[in-house]
Amino acid sequence: MRRVTIPVAYMPLVDAAPLIVAHELGFAEDEAIGLDLVPAPSWSSLRDMLGFGRVDAAHMLSAVPVAMSMGLGGMGAALSAVCVLSVNGNVIGVGRPLEARLRATGFAFDFTDARAAASAMKAVHADKLVFGVPFPFSMHVELLRYWAERTELGLDSIEIRTVPPPLMAEALEAGDIDAFCVGEPWGSVAVDRGVGALLLPGQAIWQGAPEKVLATRTDWAETEPDLLGRLIRAVWQASRWLSKPGSHITAAQILSRETYLDLPPELIDRALSGRMILSGHGEQRHCDGFLRFHGAAASFPWRSQAKWIAHRLGLTHETRTGLAAAASVFRSDLYRRHMTQTDADMPGASEKVEGAILHPTAVGSSRGRLNLLPDRFFDGAIFDPDAIE
Amino acid sequence: MQARLTIAVVEEDRDRATGIVDALEQTGDCDVHVIGNYTSLARKIAEHSPDIVLIDIDNPTRDMMEELTLASGPLDRPVAMFVSGAAGGLAREAIEAGVSAYVVDGLAPERIKPVIDTAIARFSIVRQMRNELAETRRALEERKVIDRAKGLLMKAKGIDEDAAYALLRKTAMDQGRKVADVAEALVTAAGLLG
Repeated sequence: MRRVTIPVAYMPLVDAAPLIVAHELGFAEDEAIGLDLVPAPSWSSLRDMLGFGRVDAAHMLSAVPVAMSMGLGGMGAALSAVCVLSVNGNVIGVGRPLEARLRATGFAFDFTDARAAASAMKAVHADKLVFGVPFPFSMHVELLRYWAERTELGLDSIEIRTVPPPLMAEALEAGDIDAFCVGEPWGSVAVDRGVGALLLPGQAIWQGAPEKVLATRTDWAETEPDLLGRLIRAVWQASRWLSKPGSHITAAQILSRETYLDLPPELIDRALSGRMILSGHGEQRHCDGFLRFHGAAASFPWRSQAKWIAHRLGLTHETRTGLAAAASVFRSDLYRRHMTQTDADMPGASEKVEGAILHPTAVGSSRGRLNLLPDRFFDGAIFDPDAIE
Repeated sequence: MQARLTIAVVEEDRDRATGIVDALEQTGDCDVHVIGNYTSLARKIAEHSPDIVLIDIDNPTRDMMEELTLASGPLDRPVAMFVSGAAGGLAREAIEAGVSAYVVDGLAPERIKPVIDTAIARFSIVRQMRNELAETRRALEERKVIDRAKGLLMKAKGIDEDAAYALLRKTAMDQGRKVADVAEALVTAAGLLG
């Protein structure tokens, strides 16, 4: 096979690991492709790089391709999410002043109970709470809004502002924001710089949130099926390696290199191992499935998840676009086509009722061994895509 | 008479900002404001109510601009990066030159073009200078590593500097790698063993 190099953009985050590992540990090589990994300075630049053809694939916020298909934000190139790169992995954190007030009330920082955390926040903060997030179209925004809207906090008492994660600590110190929702390592960076404490993992709001996707231009995905297949499989093999318990120390070492995150491996390991340090007081919480790359169909682009995102974006931005059209950017069809030659166990359906799985549950699949993991929303609500349309 | 164009340039580096402002002011009738500090970016931009906002594509603050393009943003008039129709080619050119531009929707293309052309030219120069600087830095780093590797070899094998370099070069050629990579591997290994 002729070896082809595919330019791929990524943001230097822990959840870029599948791409970085595919490149560094030879999973790309096994598929006879090279990855030219291009770090992006911002999510908008990453989107433009992909849209204008500087790169052919990108590590992208799951909400971005969905938003673009709804005509929200920036340029109009059609993008396809060909697989999910990571599930969960965000943290909600608070700045020092808010942390101090929460502690004064005896709040336990249990890092689990989303409802209790919201009530505690409401009790100590009378004004609008300003949250920093990395990008207007992101799981970060949707989780925050879902949480606020369904707790005592209330949607009216939060304001969401975009702050580039590397500037999040600065913005907290300057008092521009009171709290934040970011992907790792930036929550841990805020903790280690002594400017904030972690309040909740993203999974305390939704246990099955697709966080980053591998996105390509739709025309590229259709004209380069062979390359796309190799890319999806290389990333899938890398994710499988990442999910092995013995891998995260090596993975943290690789990600910590100057070319990638350029941060101490210890800091990166927290998200990979799920052992989060919450604050300067050193409280540690173990959080199972904090950031998932593989297993239980983690990389499968569920159309129902795209519909959830589209439904939420529609509420936020008051646009009414058909959910089906927005959901079709999650390409479960392409994923199936290109993964058949692997031993991946593929779900029989491409949609599910989101939030309905409370315990690991066996579902119909190509090899009959697929168990899906709990995907509960904190308020117990379920999202039935058919009931919405 | 057409109203003067108001242009905001988001740039922290004072020298670069000055260069951009000078170049833009020569294109004609416009007011150019520099925003040099990213805190409260939205408010500062709203104060000037610009027709065009220019920002370096490598600037992470760009994602804050993106927020302002949403209708619910703090600006009275939505700012959109021009990508459609005639301006599409210009957008691509701008992005390749490393400048992102946000333009108030409905602004006539003939008013935008000279500004963007000037910005593209200016940003290209800066980009080239930055690449050259990075290249020089990298060369300097490599030099340092090679010197350390030579030192290690001289000490370990009792050879002189020329012989040490020859050995590095031969190893690099045999393995099809760069001398600097071989030197780095040696320095790392020596660090681990030492």
